Parts: sequence; structure tokens; C-alpha cells
Amino acid sequence: MSGQPLIQVNHLKKYFKAGPKAVLKAVDDISFSIEKGETLGMVGESGCGKTTVGRTLLQLYEPDAGEILFKGKNIAGCSRKEKKQLTREMQMIFQDPYASLSGFKTVGDIIGEGLDIHKIYRKREERQDRIYELLEMVGLHREHYNRFPHEFSGGQRQRIGIARALALNPEFIVCDEAISALDVSIQAQVMNMLIKFQKEMDLTYLFISHDLSMVRHISDKIAVMYLGTMVEYGDMEEVYNHPAHPYTQGLLEAVPIADPDYERSNPHHIMAGEVPSPINPKPGCRFCGRCQRATDICSQEMPPLTEVAKGHLAACHHLK
Amino acid sequence: MMSDKKGHLLEVENLAVSFDTYAGEVQAVRGVGFHLDEGETLAIVGESGSGKSVSMKMVMQLLDMPPARLKSGSVRYKGEEMTTKSDKEMEKYRGREFSMIFQDSMTGLNPTMRIGRQLCEGIIKHQKVSRAQAEKTAIEMLTQVGLPNPAAIYKRYPHTLSGGQRQRVMIAMAISCNPSILFADEPTTALDVTMQAQILKLMRDLQKKTGTAIILVTHDLGVVASMADRISVMYAGQIIEAGTAQQVFYNPSHPYTWGLLGAMPNMIQEVKEELYSIPGTPPDLFAPPRGCAFAARCEYCLEACLKEEPGYYKCSDGHVSKCWLMDERASEVKPPEGVYTRPRKEASV
Repeated sequence: MSGQPLIQVNHLKKYFKAGPKAVLKAVDDISFSIEKGETLGMVGESGCGKTTVGRTLLQLYEPDAGEILFKGKNIAGCSRKEKKQLTREMQMIFQDPYASLSGFKTVGDIIGEGLDIHKIYRKREERQDRIYELLEMVGLHREHYNRFPHEFSGGQRQRIGIARALALNPEFIVCDEAISALDVSIQAQVMNMLIKFQKEMDLTYLFISHDLSMVRHISDKIAVMYLGTMVEYGDMEEVYNHPAHPYTQGLLEAVPIADPDYERSNPHHIMAGEVPSPINPKPGCRFCGRCQRATDICSQEMPPLTEVAKGHLAACHHLK
Repeated sequence: MMSDKKGHLLEVENLAVSFDTYAGEVQAVRGVGFHLDEGETLAIVGESGSGKSVSMKMVMQLLDMPPARLKSGSVRYKGEEMTTKSDKEMEKYRGREFSMIFQDSMTGLNPTMRIGRQLCEGIIKHQKVSRAQAEKTAIEMLTQVGLPNPAAIYKRYPHTLSGGQRQRVMIAMAISCNPSILFADEPTTALDVTMQAQILKLMRDLQKKTGTAIILVTHDLGVVASMADRISVMYAGQIIEAGTAQQVFYNPSHPYTWGLLGAMPNMIQEVKEELYSIPGTPPDLFAPPRGCAFAARCEYCLEACLKEEPGYYKCSDGHVSKCWLMDERASEVKPPEGVYTRPRKEASV
């Protein structure tokens, strides 16, 4: 296993039909890898394709092109049977703790669904013990086994979602905006839990979020997405401290810092404009219309990812 | 709470609002007081369910009564009592003196009306001008909030605009009659960071130009830091700490505020280090606890905290905290690591 990343994505594309002649290029030719035990943070604004990447990795969407190597084996476009096997190793934590839990099932059945599908336990008691164990791991109680999701708060529901994701002892978990819907104090609880489980179980995360400070806190590497393309990728510290792409710079600049004196003395350089539509995007750099560095070449040619420092890639024609 | 005799633009005292539901009475707001002066920004910070929005809506008399019920308190605007005013009388204030920006711009705008008509509605009602004149004002407003091609936007429906554009339209509508107080209820929560930065800047610029006072309701401490002159922190329907932005950020004195500030990852903390987190969840407002509402989650909880609700203690000028720890009988405690010593970000060039 050594030397081989757990997940390697090569030239992944996922397009959606948006009309007779309209193609929504949700993910357009992106490549990255995630080492075992690491977290890749994926940031970007709504509509940039973050969630589509996560879902395509788990084969919830079939990719249009490219390969996804999981432990060296291409899983893109695999059969239903293989997909079912994959769910033992890859799981997902969803954004909305209200929509992602079935209201008709008890908490025990929600968490145990994966165990039942894969027929992990023969005996009822064993299954029940495992679910008790999971409930306690995420800070809930045994008594919650027979309750229904509506009896829980948002934070508790997210804990149920995490217990469900952990039930089959997966190696890889996609956290899709897993903390965005929660309050600040609850966010910190859930973050601490995710980090603890990662250390204990050597989990690998794809942490998708628009909250740049939380992403910084949990990630080893980060990927910045803009309109279906990856504009920057590299070690978290490196990208945060020396952002090379103008979009990354603008994005980091836009985050308000919880420090009134700093905020007052240091007016932000505000990025103008907004994210254009991903339907039938123009050729050239996707960021071209909002970019201060843009020249003719930017509207004609898509810039390739080039190395600006060791392991730090950025896609821009005008890298300084 | 800490009002001087001198008149403030808006003064809210001991406001308590309950909702009568089948399950019983929910005490959403339990004795809230604050004041607002001309041209300043007051931020009300708190988590969901802390009563921020309900207090705002009560001030504007926007709550449906029943199920809502005003249990006590007064709201004085320019010295005039608002809580006793009828709906008809309130119409003179809403839209003209007070206006509101809502969180969700899709539900805040009427989807069946073109932008122009919605904007003109308020202008015609309050300024008693002709439709043609109102249209001129409306387009001017759309220009002021930085919308490209305002004449075209004027004729469009809300669903054809992006979230950021709709939020700008809401702001245009809110400022069209030059209100003296702008209530902004989570105005940027639904937006992306780059759009958030644009909208916050717009609000600051408009405030500078018109001198409108802003009450900003939010849970995002970054937004608060960049906007607020003064801050009130709410928890379980009460204000637990209030002061200037500097006082609350650099010298917080309530354990809940410590928790909120500590729970945010800061930019120089070790990665994957444990974040300071407040255990547990907010109390049930069907039956609020007898003592301090935060006691059950507070690591500094004293005996007194469980028995009796603390009053407001003065920490320094204009800075109050509703916590027994501030009492002279309580022993000195140290806030968690990293709250006072919170690294200030160096201003870069």
C-alpha cells in the first residue's frame, strides 16, 4: 500500500444535460489524490461542483469521463454489485441533518441499515450491541435507539448521520458541508469528533465546505474549485499562506476575521462580480470575467495546472 | 438595562415575548433590553433559537398575535411607545422609519410581482408621489445598490436574479424611503463569501452616506467584527453580555461569550488541535431553568448559578455581563486558553 494514495482521481468529468443544447459542466476535468489518513479540504462557492465531486467519487453519479482509483483499482462506472461492496469502504455525511435521515425509521434502524444490507451480524444482540457502541461513540445514549429523528436537535441528528457513516468501518468518508447547518458551538463539537475519529480509526476524509476557517482546521491538503474546474491545489498551509491563484486570493480576502480592530484597519479588497452560469461555459479560463489579471489569452485558452512550489499547483496564465 | 436619561433613537426595555402553542408556552424572549443611537450599528449575536429574530420582529410589531404574546416591556422610538400602537398606526413607521432586510431573499420578495412594482409600492405609499416619479426613485435606488443595468432589472421577476442580486434589491427596497433604522436579519447568511463581502461593504457605504442606524442580527462573529459598533450577545431569550465591539471581542466576560469566541478556529492555532467547545445544547424554553440559563453548560458554574438568576454586572463603562462570576463574592476564574490571548491578526499592507 505504501506510496499509493487511497484515492486517485484522473481527469474526472461530470456533465449534466440542462436542455436541448445546454450542457452543465459541473465537474470539468479535475485530478487530485488523497493519501490514507489525510483530509482533503475542498472549497469554493455554491455551484462550483464541490458536491458533484463528492457524489461522483462515491458512485452516486456516474462520471462522464476520467478514472477514480480507489486503492489502485478503477471504480468509475463499476457494476451495481461492486458499488454495493464499495459502500463498506466509502461513506458520506450529508449537509442537511433534517433531510438526510428518514423520518419513518428509528435511530437504531437508520444506523443499522448498512449492517443489515451487508449482513454483518447474524444475531440480533450483536447488531444491537454494535449500534449501542456507535451511539455512545458519537455522544448519544442507548435510550436513543428506539427514538425517531424528529425528536432530536440538528446537532444530535448530525451525530446520528456520523454514526451511520461509521457503522461499516469505512476507510473513506465524504463530509459534504457536514457542519454548515449547525450553530457555532455545535460545529466545534462535531469538528472535534470528526478529528478524533480520524486519528483513532485512520480515516480519510474529503471535507467539502465553504467555511474556509473550518477547512483550514481539519485539512492536510486543499483544493479550490471554481465553476467546475480546480484552480489551486496543494498543502493547506502553503495554499493559505501563499495563495497563487487570483480567485483563491480573493476568496481568502473575503472572509471576515473575528477581530474588530483588524477589520477596521484593513479594508478588504473585494472581488467584484459573481460566479457565472456553469451552463455552456465559454472557452478559456472560467475566472476570466472577474479577474484583474485577465488578458487576451485568458479568454481563449484554459490555463493548465502548473507547479508554483513543491506540490502546490495553480491554474492561471499570469502566475507571479 | 443601561440607558441613560438622555433619549436614544430606539430604546427597548425588559421585552418578554411568549408563544402559546399546543404544547404550552414557549418563552422565546425573556427580558431583553438594548438601545440604539443614530448612525450606529448594533449587532445581536446568538445561536438559533436564542430569540434574536423574535426580538427584532417584536420591535417592528411584525409578529402574529396570537400565537405570539407580549408579556412585558416597552419599545420606545424617538420617545414614543410602539407596543401599544395599532397595526394601522404602525404602517406609518414600517417601511419609512424602520425597514427590514430578511435572510432569505427569495421569500422576502414577492415572486409574482416584477421588481419595479415591488419597489414602487413602498415609495408611493410613504412619499405620496406619482408612479412616474416613484419609478425614477426606484431606478435610482437600484443604481445605488450597485446593480448593473437597473432599468432592465426593474422589469424582471425575482426568480430571474441571482441570490446576491436579490439581496441587493431587498436593500434597495429597504432604503428607498430613507429609514432611520434598518433591521438586517442574517442578511448574508445565505450568500457565498465573496458575495457576502460585497453586500457588507454596500451596507457600510450606505450607512456612511445616509446615517441610518443598523441592527444586525447574525450568528457569524466575523460579520459582527466587520460591522458592529456595539454588540449584544443573546442566549436562551436573554442578553447575557453587551458592550462595544472591542469590549466584547477583546475583553469578553461571560463564559458563553468565551465559548463562542473559543469555538472558532483561529488562523494560527495548530491544525487538528481540539477546538474549545461548549458541551450540551441550549435549554428548553418551554421550561427555562430557574437559575442562570447557561448554568447547565457552564464549566464555571457556581452554586448560586443554579438557584438564582444573576443580574447585570457592570464590567466597565458600557460593558455589562449577566453572570454570577462578576459578583465580588465569586472567586476569580480564568477564561479558557486562547480567548483573551486570541491572536490578533496583523494588519497587512
